[in-house]
Amino acid sequence: MELLDGELELREIQKLEGHTDRVWSLAWNPTGTGVAGMLASCSGDKTVRIWQKGPSGSWDCSAVLEDTHTRTVRSCAWSPSGKLLATASFDGTTAIWERVGGEFECVATLEGHENEVKSVSWNASGSLLATCARDKTVWIWEAQPGNEFECVSVLQGHTQDVKMVQWHPFLDVLVSVGYDNSVKVWTEDGDDDWHCVQTLGEAGSGHTSTVWALSFNSAGDRMVTCSDDLTLKIWDTSQNPSETSGDGSGSWSHLCTLSGYHDRTIFSVHWSRDGLIASGAADDAIRLFTESKDRMVDQPSYKMLVKREKAHDMDVNSVQWNLKEPKLLASASDDGTIKIWELSEVSKVDNFVQSHHLLIGFCQPQVVNSIGLCTLAPLFMSSSRDVKESELLDSKVPIEVFDT
Amino acid sequence: MILFDCGFDNGGDIDDDNDEFPSKVGKYKAKTELHHFCSLPILIRIQEMVVGLLNANPIVYKKKERRARNVPTVIDEVTFTPTIEHCSMATLIGLCLRVKLMRSLPSRYKVDIRVAPGRHATEAEVNKQLNDKERVAAALENPNLLELVDSCLEP
Repeated sequence: MELLDGELELREIQKLEGHTDRVWSLAWNPTGTGVAGMLASCSGDKTVRIWQKGPSGSWDCSAVLEDTHTRTVRSCAWSPSGKLLATASFDGTTAIWERVGGEFECVATLEGHENEVKSVSWNASGSLLATCARDKTVWIWEAQPGNEFECVSVLQGHTQDVKMVQWHPFLDVLVSVGYDNSVKVWTEDGDDDWHCVQTLGEAGSGHTSTVWALSFNSAGDRMVTCSDDLTLKIWDTSQNPSETSGDGSGSWSHLCTLSGYHDRTIFSVHWSRDGLIASGAADDAIRLFTESKDRMVDQPSYKMLVKREKAHDMDVNSVQWNLKEPKLLASASDDGTIKIWELSEVSKVDNFVQSHHLLIGFCQPQVVNSIGLCTLAPLFMSSSRDVKESELLDSKVPIEVFDT
Repeated sequence: MILFDCGFDNGGDIDDDNDEFPSKVGKYKAKTELHHFCSLPILIRIQEMVVGLLNANPIVYKKKERRARNVPTVIDEVTFTPTIEHCSMATLIGLCLRVKLMRSLPSRYKVDIRVAPGRHATEAEVNKQLNDKERVAAALENPNLLELVDSCLEP
């Protein structure tokens, strides 16, 4: 594990097992119960699992949503109220689940896409849902009373498989990314007339391979995209992103590209409330990036803060920061597990002085016997470094014993 | 009734625009029924190709071994050469290759599969799809396609 600047690390809190196939996606409930909330995960095993922190402090699976999707569940998203969970599947449908106490009930199934649905996202108010699929379209659904959903628009424009859709944190602006290497920004021109106001990546600053994911910062004026081209790109808008300039083009522009940090496809990226960008990639690692405070540079720039190699045994498909506790990160992998991480400072106790030399006072009878001294003789004690009590009892620590 | 979206039709015209994984594979009882839509010599050649490929002939293996904390993460770059330059079956062959490798290698292996450069008209498209694990996973959930792949991989 590499640590750069500030001695931070991602400490593994717990590994969540239960899914019987790769875990594709995660979503933290925005409201949730208790301090840290509730996590939803979806998998190639066709189920969705709900995880909650139990009274013992460990995360347990509190529900399994099954027997609904007939193929891989690829993506899940909570409504802003935290009461509904939308799940998108390769079976071409998007299911809406309602949380009633600890139970979940499937209250609606959205059909229409011609093939695998890849992603689902709720807008800030919970009034709209967006889905996208390999059929190259993005669908916008309106939430109506009684858990009814009506498709209000089918957005054409992508020339290939659309991998992810994400609503702006507070405006009704939708961004979609996909296999055609593009990033598209969609807004409404009043009365369900949605159109693409901007395509990022056409003028040479765009991605050169499949764009897998995107994430907005909390202020809504920047977004980060990740790609099979091994880069992260930061895009910036100084204006109201739903406004278009005179000739109809949008206002997002390329801010910077983070390259050279990843050597395998980056599947997921998520921007925390604290401004940290987490990435999950096909090299089994999780990386964290932050804006560089380097005053020498005019342009804003970003640097890698932490690299957690071997975060999982296989590809990391999803990374998601907890929405209430910004130091808590969840990750999902092809290895079928989910891990909960805590961003923390490297513990001082772990920082041992190189020398293992230790002079001890009272040692274990077995040890004394092995070097032939009287077991009960008090011995001179000193040490060349701080010693943990547990180490005194650990016979693996090399020792030197002195007689007074 | 078989609809095999491989670009072959009875007239023998090859459609190079369609490199998608065959999605409309209907039920079939015997492998030989495929020759209604793909001529038999081509079918045999495909099977030979797959078997030949898997016997490292004409595959080029490039192993890049990287060590992270003493656990080797082996990356295989496998290049295969379809014997017909405009064969739009390249995607299917590549898929068979990927499935075979997935089933044979430990999970820590990361495999990149490419069509040998210059040997296929739409190699970039074929390569992109073969290396998109989400596309591969979705294709393999089609039971008919999976059955076809399994039959190609039979010894």
